Amino acid sequence: MNMIALLRQLAEALLAVALAPLLAGWVAQCRAWLQNRSAPSLLQPYRKLRKLFHKDAVLAEHASPLFRITPYVVFGTMVLAAAIIPSVTTDMPFARVADAIALVGLFATARVFMALAAMDIGTAFGTLGARREMMVGFLAEPALLMVLFNAFLMYGSTALPTVVHGALAAHGLILRPSLAFAGVAFVMVLLAENGRIPIDNPTTHLELTMIHEAMLLEYSALHLALMEWAAWLKLFNYACIGFALFAPWGIALHADTTSPLLLALALLLLKLAVAGGALAVIETVSAKLRVFRAPEFLSTAFLLAVLGILVHLQLRS
Amino acid sequence: MTYLPFAYPLPALITLIAAWLVLGMLGLLQPQRVGWVARMLFPLGALVALGVAAVAVSALRAGFTPQVLVLPLGLPDLPFHLRLDALSGFFLMLLGIAGAGISIFAAGYFRRGEGTSPGLLGLQYHVFLASMALVVLADDAYLFMLAWETMALSSYFLVTSQHRIAEIRRAGFIYLLMAHIGALSILLCFGALHGGNWTMTFDAMRGASLSPAWADVAFCLALFGFGAKAGLFPVHIWLPEAHPAAPSPVSAMMSGLMLKTAIYGLLRVSMDLMHTGPWWWGLVTMLIGLFTALFGVVFAAVQTDMKRLLAYSSIENIGLIIAAVGLALLARSFDMNLLAALALAAALIHAFNHALFKSLLFLATGSVLHATGERNLGKLGGLIRYMPWVAMLALVGTLAIAGLPPLNGFVSEWLLLQAFLSTPAIPHSFINMIVPLGAAAVALTAALAGYVMVKFYGVIFLGQPREAQLERAHDAGVLERIGLAWLALGCILIGVFPQVALDAAASVTRALTGAAVQRGGTIWWIAPVSPAQASYSGLWLLAGLLGVVAVVFVIVRLFYHGRVRRVPPWDCGYRWLTPRMQDTAEGFGQPIRRIFGPFFRIEREVPAPDDAQPHYAIRIEDRTWRAIYAPITATVRRLADAVAVLQRGRLAVYLLYSFLTLIVLLMFVI
Repeated sequence: MNMIALLRQLAEALLAVALAPLLAGWVAQCRAWLQNRSAPSLLQPYRKLRKLFHKDAVLAEHASPLFRITPYVVFGTMVLAAAIIPSVTTDMPFARVADAIALVGLFATARVFMALAAMDIGTAFGTLGARREMMVGFLAEPALLMVLFNAFLMYGSTALPTVVHGALAAHGLILRPSLAFAGVAFVMVLLAENGRIPIDNPTTHLELTMIHEAMLLEYSALHLALMEWAAWLKLFNYACIGFALFAPWGIALHADTTSPLLLALALLLLKLAVAGGALAVIETVSAKLRVFRAPEFLSTAFLLAVLGILVHLQLRS
Repeated sequence: MTYLPFAYPLPALITLIAAWLVLGMLGLLQPQRVGWVARMLFPLGALVALGVAAVAVSALRAGFTPQVLVLPLGLPDLPFHLRLDALSGFFLMLLGIAGAGISIFAAGYFRRGEGTSPGLLGLQYHVFLASMALVVLADDAYLFMLAWETMALSSYFLVTSQHRIAEIRRAGFIYLLMAHIGALSILLCFGALHGGNWTMTFDAMRGASLSPAWADVAFCLALFGFGAKAGLFPVHIWLPEAHPAAPSPVSAMMSGLMLKTAIYGLLRVSMDLMHTGPWWWGLVTMLIGLFTALFGVVFAAVQTDMKRLLAYSSIENIGLIIAAVGLALLARSFDMNLLAALALAAALIHAFNHALFKSLLFLATGSVLHATGERNLGKLGGLIRYMPWVAMLALVGTLAIAGLPPLNGFVSEWLLLQAFLSTPAIPHSFINMIVPLGAAAVALTAALAGYVMVKFYGVIFLGQPREAQLERAHDAGVLERIGLAWLALGCILIGVFPQVALDAAASVTRALTGAAVQRGGTIWWIAPVSPAQASYSGLWLLAGLLGVVAVVFVIVRLFYHGRVRRVPPWDCGYRWLTPRMQDTAEGFGQPIRRIFGPFFRIEREVPAPDDAQPHYAIRIEDRTWRAIYAPITATVRRLADAVAVLQRGRLAVYLLYSFLTLIVLLMFVI
């Protein structure tokens, strides 16, 4: 029994690893359609990975071991996070390992390693990227924690499986004012943390504005492939956290039989498709902000989440 | 069977403390011989520290009854009272474990020709250690103040060991001044605490019944006095001056250990000697702590001196600890003992963690300083290639202090956030509104700490060396490495087995709040509130991370062709890359300067467009200097000038004063 549950959890992580490039491809396709361009294939990210894994790795001559370890660490944290987030089922033995706060910590670990690796070569772009990424990070992280506190106040737990249980048990459709605030804040954090358009643009290398890409400039071949894959996984993970908090419909509470699992999988794909489309719409209709407008954007997210908490406390009393 | 030192823990501890003093004295036999003082006596001191930790741990067992001892030393009728209970045991354990690492490092660190002779330095060092242990063990106000002042004085001499430098003398003076203002306040606090029966033992104070007004006075005095030692805003100003001035092992002791004695003092007075107070005690303490934390981390982010950066980061960590203490006081005033226990456990474990990682980082800066002669971040860089050991061990400390799982900094942060999450249960709507903002401040501080530490590590160890002579930097010696590795091991172990730390804290919380914080869960994971609310397992997180990394690594090795070429950095095809193109420490702090502008007083010198030799300078100042300290010093000066009018320098005038005084006194007599 326990063994099967562990295997299920492993399968969920592998599913995330396999699906993450697809999500990235889907978002890119939707963006292309919305901008009247002919879209790249849905499988383009997989092709990119294959290409990168076939290239010779080129390393700067004074790159330290830290630089070479970082892609593995970043990829590893994202896979671990994917194993912990309940995307298909909540019936997972490994979910006890980390609650949502620890998940935020895991993402921070990946970010710090990435920033350190970016500083390792000592190029102007690398340090610039590291500085901006850490800036976005320290603004987004508290906002994300406040979003999680909103969920905590509602369901009395920071463990995502318990949150999903609470949300599914309480009501089918979740309409609470504090959750609305938290939801908007979460979307803003998601955009910032994943290098999406109002803050960063994953498709450009314009030096004045880039953040995430600036940190990857010195990576090539397999290292770059792992970093890119990790970034797609991060988007996938954030989407799944969002589903667990705000749209938990269909997540299987008991995984003893196969049919709820299949239903959950189908619904997950549907939700991912919708979320990817929505992301493409947001990215198309909004303009990239100057780097120094980013703090305003993220402090708005932070304040919205805090407002959600205060609204909840006010309504309770 | 119980071994002798554990059957009689207090006499054993006294012996060990005396052993420190003897070791210090022995150094005076041959004060100039580094081989004798450093290589022989300091490792022995480290062994004594381990002994202290081992005995102290025995006080943390469940079912340990506090031990008391009266030593017929000191003044007639005022013998020394000593007491070993769970609280003092916890802080002694902290002192012993972190002190052992610092002593081993110091054995390899101290050299001749750097200020005070090694023998004298060794004496001051061991007196400092012994006095900290006595502060924690003291059970009467007299011994406490004696040990407290010895601690301040011995550390003053250690700070000013390079007293030929005027800047260091000034730092030492400010430190001594603030230490005495704080000590005065603590003395007055004990004066208020005895409750009218003039017995100065802590036992009598526990039994004394204070009127609410006197209790408020005593609490405020304690908060100010211990806050001045801990570095709370706005009495933090000595800290960023004194920490960088001291030799690195001393900075590590001051930041890692001495600041914790202030936390101990505040806990002892507010939770043990005094009974439950009004809720505003907790709220005020928490708010001051939170502001201090935010203030410290924001200032740390803009520093350009690596030791000053760490000093401000100490202010931040102390702020977080005090905020947790405040939360515990707040919960206790509403009789919510479990929440108080959780917050107190977060404070204690964070204090312990800070002792480990901050000592580790201060010691690492010491190695860097010895290898390069530079403290200025703008002249360092790329040291990971020349000092791989120090860089690797400092990385552990960096990740730990940034609060990243699965290391120890995350554990205490997680506990603190869990404690904050439980506060909506407090039956007071005003506090309910304030406390979520506190949680937000904690989250912001923790995230900013990550920023600061990336700057610290990235600018010192990563990138290209900013100066040519850095390429001749050498790695630390064996003893230094052992000291660093010991502390790094502590960081990892507490992160991976937070259960152990929680169990140790539980005996303290049982004694102080009446509720033991539960580790919950099984041996594999912790869930201090309930498994349904939140759980965390550092061990599984580390195992999972290592497992995934190993699997990915093996898969990549199996399928990847393995061709790797080493070339000059690409840098978008730019060929003329120089080390000066990297971010400086100022550059890395620029977003913080912009976002948190109101915190600082900034003076900029910007070159004109046609300047032949452009020069850019920026000076960042703490606003408290001008806002608080300058008016105070001005007032003191004015008063002194007014008094100086009396001082004429002529004998006749002084005789007149004596005469007048006599007449006035005679008027009273008649």
